[in-house]
Amino acid sequence: MDQSYLKIDRVFKSYSKGPKTTEVLADIRLTIDKGEFVSIIGHSGCGKSTLLNLIAGLTVVTTGAIKLEGREVNAPGPDRAVVFQNHSLLPWLSVYDNVKLAVSKVFGSKKTKAERHDWIMQNLDLVQMTHASDKRPGEISGGMRQRVGIARALAMEPKILLLDEPFGALDALTRAHLQDAVMDIHARLGNTMIMITHDVDEAVLLADRIVMMTNGPAATIGDVLPVAIPRPRDRIALASHPDYVRAREAVLRFLYERHRFVEAAE
Amino acid sequence: MNVTVLKPAPSPAPKPAAQVLALPVVAKRPQWIAGLGRVLGESVAPPVVVLGVLLLIWQIAFSGAGSGLPAPTDVWEQSRELITSPFFVYGTQDIGLGWRVLTSLERVAYGFGLAAVVGVLVGAILGQSALMMRGFDPIFQVLRTVPPLAWLPISLAAFMDSGPSAIFVIFITAIWPIIINTAAGVRAIPQDYRNVAAVLRLNQIEFFFKIMVPSAAPYIFSGLRIGVGLSWLAIVAAEMLTGGVGIGFFIWDAWNSSRLTDIIVALVYIGLTGFVLDRLVGWIGRVVSRGTTE
Repeated sequence: MDQSYLKIDRVFKSYSKGPKTTEVLADIRLTIDKGEFVSIIGHSGCGKSTLLNLIAGLTVVTTGAIKLEGREVNAPGPDRAVVFQNHSLLPWLSVYDNVKLAVSKVFGSKKTKAERHDWIMQNLDLVQMTHASDKRPGEISGGMRQRVGIARALAMEPKILLLDEPFGALDALTRAHLQDAVMDIHARLGNTMIMITHDVDEAVLLADRIVMMTNGPAATIGDVLPVAIPRPRDRIALASHPDYVRAREAVLRFLYERHRFVEAAE
Repeated sequence: MNVTVLKPAPSPAPKPAAQVLALPVVAKRPQWIAGLGRVLGESVAPPVVVLGVLLLIWQIAFSGAGSGLPAPTDVWEQSRELITSPFFVYGTQDIGLGWRVLTSLERVAYGFGLAAVVGVLVGAILGQSALMMRGFDPIFQVLRTVPPLAWLPISLAAFMDSGPSAIFVIFITAIWPIIINTAAGVRAIPQDYRNVAAVLRLNQIEFFFKIMVPSAAPYIFSGLRIGVGLSWLAIVAAEMLTGGVGIGFFIWDAWNSSRLTDIIVALVYIGLTGFVLDRLVGWIGRVVSRGTTE
């Protein structure tokens, strides 16, 4: 039975530097359904980003396999678009051209020039960034850059959108706006999304399931918490919602009681 | 105070005088003239004054009878035509210094242009591959210290002709800093940009033009700027030996006919041209790499 959309099957990842081998991830097993929003949470250094890079194909698994629609993933590609932690926009291109780079590469032969232009503008509109399409990344705020990063990733029409702590560097208000934007996009397009985060509220607010990781080295999935709060979710109403409070407590209990982060556990 | 000091030397006097006049005008005129006056006062006046003082010292030091070198007034008297009309043509070998500089610049354009293209490509390959870098870097580090003229005999033997030899000497002189800087720039491309390229599956050529060149542009242009300076150093030396109508050969020719004042004029031409080349490449670099850093 291999009908799961994304299947992470007994994945191990270790890095060797000379004679020393560090095992980063051990025995990761996870299946994700189409249209699902999964948050991966854990203490810093636990290998969350490594897991995301494995799914993206930017690093390769040591043993095990990651399959997307039954086909093994071992190289990066636009079907698994990444929104990077530090936006990674090319600073010499305008906002429009950053998205255009992705669109021309992915749809260069499938869409006409006019269609590509419409598609770029449509994606910029999705993140409310059409007004800044001629600006360079250096001329817009951090939150706006991250919006453009999301637009660029969405414009690739990926099967899975991978978000690597995309809002980590933003202030709380900007972060809340972007979380709403992501929820709205998820509701409208029904994408499959995997988001790395270290923010408990963010994880509970956005996710259908929260994957909680144990501390490294040899980190693995400690627990998976389904969040059965109906959508659309509203952050203000949710704050006192019993399911939200319970989910939040469960994650906090996991992170701070069962897997307390031990500093410098070299 | 200026005026009293300058009295004994009549020739440099007009320059400081003009500069002194520019300042009092400022207050009465509109904004842009005020700005211009400030620029003149802050940027133009100091070098003009220093130049005047240096010319004065030179004049005093070499104006006595029996001095080995000509004084500025001698230069003006004996080589006035070279200074005032750079573009005269009296015969194939008797042309103005402007034409000679242009002839030399043409050689530099060939040699440096070739060095720029080859240097950036080789640098890009070396920067991408740590193994290649380890293999080639020590060799380049040794070769780049070889003085330009040391290449000339080998070059003459290989090309059997002075024209291509001079161009080769420029090429081989200018290429090392271009290679080394480009390689450094390529190695400094942030992993983020490489990840973006990987996710988009950019091929090698797309990666080169869309990520590598813009990202490494500041490094590439600092290499080009060093390279163009070295080319200009090499051309003068190379032309002294290969002949022709370039500015380098002019100096050699003037030395053989004991025209010291002509040599001094040629030195000024060479210096100014080198300065302009350096600024030009620096300016192009700034325009091209605008926006590569946030």
